[in-house]
Amino acid sequence: MSNPLWAVAMSGGVDSSVVAGLLKREGRNVIGMTMQLWNQRRLPELASDGPTGRCCSIDDVYDARYVAQLLGIPYYVVNFEDDFEKHVVRPFVDNYLKGRTPIPCTLCNNFVKFETFIQMAEGIGAEKVATGHYARITHNQANQRWELRRAVDASKDQTYFLFGLTQEQLSRSLFPLGEMAKADVRALARELNLPVAEKGDSQEICFVPNGDYKAFIEAYCREQNLPLDDRTGDIVTRDGEVLGEHGGYHSYTVGQRRGLGVAAGEPLYVIATEPETRRVVVGRGDDLLTTQFIAGDVNWISIPPITHPHRAHVRIRNKHLPAPATLTPTESPARVAVRFDEPQRAVTPGQGAVFYAEDLVLGGGWIE
Amino acid sequence: MVRACVERFYFDHNATTPVAPEVIETMTPYLRGQFGNASSIHQEGQAAKQALERARRQVADFLGCSPKEVVFTSGGTEADNLAVFSSPGHIVTSAIEHPAILAAAKAHGNVTFVAPGRDGAVSADSIEAAIRPDTTLVSVMHVNNELGTVNDIEAIGAASRSHGAMFHSDGVQAAGKLSIPLRHVDLYSISGHKLNAPKGIGALYVRQGVPVMPRQFGGRHEHGVRAGTESVPLAVALGAACALDRENSGALRDELEAGILAQVPNVTVNGRGPRVPNTTNIRFENVEGEAMLIALDLRGFAVSSGAACSSGAVEPSHVLTGIGLSKEQAKASIRFSLGAGNTREQVQRLVEAVAASAAHLRRIAPRVAHV
Repeated sequence: MSNPLWAVAMSGGVDSSVVAGLLKREGRNVIGMTMQLWNQRRLPELASDGPTGRCCSIDDVYDARYVAQLLGIPYYVVNFEDDFEKHVVRPFVDNYLKGRTPIPCTLCNNFVKFETFIQMAEGIGAEKVATGHYARITHNQANQRWELRRAVDASKDQTYFLFGLTQEQLSRSLFPLGEMAKADVRALARELNLPVAEKGDSQEICFVPNGDYKAFIEAYCREQNLPLDDRTGDIVTRDGEVLGEHGGYHSYTVGQRRGLGVAAGEPLYVIATEPETRRVVVGRGDDLLTTQFIAGDVNWISIPPITHPHRAHVRIRNKHLPAPATLTPTESPARVAVRFDEPQRAVTPGQGAVFYAEDLVLGGGWIE
Repeated sequence: MVRACVERFYFDHNATTPVAPEVIETMTPYLRGQFGNASSIHQEGQAAKQALERARRQVADFLGCSPKEVVFTSGGTEADNLAVFSSPGHIVTSAIEHPAILAAAKAHGNVTFVAPGRDGAVSADSIEAAIRPDTTLVSVMHVNNELGTVNDIEAIGAASRSHGAMFHSDGVQAAGKLSIPLRHVDLYSISGHKLNAPKGIGALYVRQGVPVMPRQFGGRHEHGVRAGTESVPLAVALGAACALDRENSGALRDELEAGILAQVPNVTVNGRGPRVPNTTNIRFENVEGEAMLIALDLRGFAVSSGAACSSGAVEPSHVLTGIGLSKEQAKASIRFSLGAGNTREQVQRLVEAVAASAAHLRRIAPRVAHV
């Protein structure tokens, strides 16, 4: 086939709309597809008119369909609600209840956007899928590996959420925006006369309206008849001194400073949540510093699994500046010991740890 | 938008049908020059009224009833709603009705949903068992839209009436495909666009003396049952569609079904009860139906799977889960519904495309562990 079919994952936002427009302008054989991931009406008690976190809203599908119509490309909405709930929403809730701070975007990328979606695209005859992610994919002729690289626009780089992509997934994916700055993407949207050119960026976690995790978790547990045990407890220091009470440990995350409601002579931060004792442990800023941790379920991208200690820059949050560290293999190949050269603030269980060499993503895993 | 570069083959006539050229020709004068209001006293009004009543007679002849028993509506959904909300008391209906009945009955509130058999048919016995002393309406579709299965509305109607309940049947998928036995039926819905008329017109048969409660109020149009100036062109179109000659032996459907069964392993026909001759609903084990639908669409074939939700995504069919299929089996099913435009050659090409798509989807399916 001289012009293979490519499927563009269209969210209705400016980025993926520009991807569709760009590929169409290049003369590619493209179709647009929108993933229906979550039913916004499902937890009516969370209904809000707020502009944030409106994943899979009818408005977004309307926008995506309109863009596809303007571009003159076939367009379909595909229903992945079951997979999304199984691989993203349920683990998100379970993790919070276990006192961890999960990143659902990574799970969605690993199990839905780059798995179910790629399979659906392949099923309908599409060779590749293109998305609006800010990241770059290259192919290394020497070691025959697909490599993931940071986006040229560092402020938009999304590689932190893409560390779980397999070689197979990368081989079928296209990130046309990886070389572009966000401002240029908007300019291109205007040039292509796309009606979404001025649409705001998506915020927070798409299925949680207004970023209120606590309300979402509670509403979901009620809907699913999950036992909503008493999660209230004490706020304590590392020495066990009780400073106050909290309304549920699942609404606290490591590093959090605001909303503790306890007074102390100096700023206090959450340094751990303990589901077993229902305690939220707080301490000074220095208490958040950690030098080493274990990354589990490690996925190696641009290099094969390491067998010897390896130097890298490691990022432990999306907004964290990658810090120099040594990676050491453990007895289990999927677990890697990470030792920073300098202590880092708020290493949080459940978050990702992504290993970089300059702009190259070596791989990444989950902080245990 | 339908792209002109790919030749199109339409196999989704249970969703809607093309408007027949004779129908367009008959209705056009009422769009171009004959614009009168059928309620007006003057000549323009009288001409419109005559056209409206001629259309009503055509619909009545088609249904085998008196013109006085035909109420024009905006379509099947409105006809169904009129029937449901005419029930002062408890309603008995089936779990595999069209959403126009299911949602209306839920809104009505006093309802029992009866499960169909695995063959897709709703038995008169199961309906009768659900009838209570306060039951005032039984509503069971004549033909199921997704399976094409036919219910014995004579038996269900007789059972309903023996308990003093009115019997309504949604005949949207039966009209034009079967003779309509109104002997034990009190209310019967039809829809124009399933019959080669345009969208926006339907009719409700109301047996003389059966009390129908209006849902909208205004003038005394349609025997006071349905207020609002009648759309003469659309009513004329429905009348003309009812007068069309229709022949469907089912040979093409049988050929399609036999071709798929012969060329694709592990397929099952859903709902093996008596069926109308144009519909087959086929389950392809271990195939993502949504992917097959899109793949076929991109090759020019229009088929259907499940029901579209508000975003346009496909949801597992309540009809297929209603006859006992799992959600996965429902998602692996495709409905093919034939119509006057289909040819043997189209059917042969469809069989080839379905076989190729099923083989491709099964080849890639095991790579992803759906755990």
